Amino acid sequence: MTVSKASTDVLSDRLASTLERFRDGQVTGLARAISVVENERPGFQELLHEIVSPGPSAARVGFTGPPGAGKSSLVAAVATAYRAAEERVGIVAVDPTSPYSGGALLGDRIRMNEIATDPGIFIRSMATRGSLGGLAATTKEVADLMDGFGFDRVVVETVGVGQTELEITAAADTVVVVLVPESGDSIQAMKAGLMEIADVFVVNKADRPGAARLVKELRHALQFRPGHGVKPAPEREVDGWTIPVLQTNAIEGDGVPDLLGAIDAHRAWMDRSGELDRRRRERAGGRIRDVVERDLRRTAWRTPEALTLLERGVEGIAGGSETPYSVARQILAALLR
Amino acid sequence: MSDERKIRVLVAKPGLDGHDRGAKVIASSFRDAGFEVIYTGLHQTPEMIVSAAVQEDVDVVAMSVLSGAHMTLFPRVQELLGEAGVDHVLLTGGGIIPEEDVAALEAQGIGRLFGPGTPTSEAIAYVREWFAAQQSA
Repeated sequence: MTVSKASTDVLSDRLASTLERFRDGQVTGLARAISVVENERPGFQELLHEIVSPGPSAARVGFTGPPGAGKSSLVAAVATAYRAAEERVGIVAVDPTSPYSGGALLGDRIRMNEIATDPGIFIRSMATRGSLGGLAATTKEVADLMDGFGFDRVVVETVGVGQTELEITAAADTVVVVLVPESGDSIQAMKAGLMEIADVFVVNKADRPGAARLVKELRHALQFRPGHGVKPAPEREVDGWTIPVLQTNAIEGDGVPDLLGAIDAHRAWMDRSGELDRRRRERAGGRIRDVVERDLRRTAWRTPEALTLLERGVEGIAGGSETPYSVARQILAALLR
Repeated sequence: MSDERKIRVLVAKPGLDGHDRGAKVIASSFRDAGFEVIYTGLHQTPEMIVSAAVQEDVDVVAMSVLSGAHMTLFPRVQELLGEAGVDHVLLTGGGIIPEEDVAALEAQGIGRLFGPGTPTSEAIAYVREWFAAQQSA
């Protein structure tokens, strides 16, 4: 394996030129590096190795929630505020790939038109391409690229999610879960999914009826009612972070300053408590597993012996002499030899 | 693997007219053809279009122009793409564009421009063929 000692001289000429433009701060270099990673082109891991080696430095915020909750509009509002503070912002927005055609309509930029030409903002749309966790397979790595490019903030927006698409936790330091007043009915069901990953809750479109009720229900569900005799759940107490439940109206900008404050407060708490370090370690561990599994999968089905055993195994199963398990055992034995 | 690479297309609607039905029809057709389509909505300036094309690293920019400003918009986007160092993108489009203008724009290096009534399959085939030629080049 060349990965561990990769350096520019193992990159192809084209990748070396991409890396050079990337390091020179050219947006075309970043754009192309993202394509190389997204398409898992030969050498993409070596390229990532070069770029991510200094480790993470940007503040990474993830926005997730059901379709139509206003995630893109909130991201645009937040990015606008960061720009006003002269921070540079990278945004990755994910939309679904059709399981039928393989195509995708990526429409998150529509909500971000006002910031589209700001040179301090870079927006990239990604299609899920079959991934089910709310992100595309390489969204986390694209966030790494943006971090490596030098953005102060990296904002990741998931597809519209249901209850169990929780991969955003592996891509962001701070997770904002965006709901709308109409989400109220499904609060019960969300308890074992989205509810557990929020660092900050936002009820967007708060000018609509039911917003205050949802805020109350969320606070209740979080068991944070100081002074009402209900104690916070023990884990939360240890964590030392009180999950805020905020109301916003992204289009009008109402509540956005509170959201910015909550994101920064969460960040400060993570720094103080060691939580940031803990999350980054967890992420690094997860990333190593991802890369090993991805490589194992590729290696497996590019090994002629494994393919031969697979073909022979299919015949064996048809003839009644093998099962998928006995064939898999033979293949694994051959690969690990 | 490279032959399975998704074709990324920016469908852009520049200018002041608010007729985006054509852009939406072509965006949906491209999606159903298996392309990844970035749609940015109405009233895009050439600067916005080029900025999106660069950041999204698209293969194709497809503009829908119904306002009559095609003789300004297509060359302007082409010029800005060049300034941004983007030389691998197909700039194509459609709209109400007289034949002599189509010829003039194509002579300036703009890709094919499709008029009203074109079957979407024709535009899809054109993009696919262009992409295949690029890949093998």
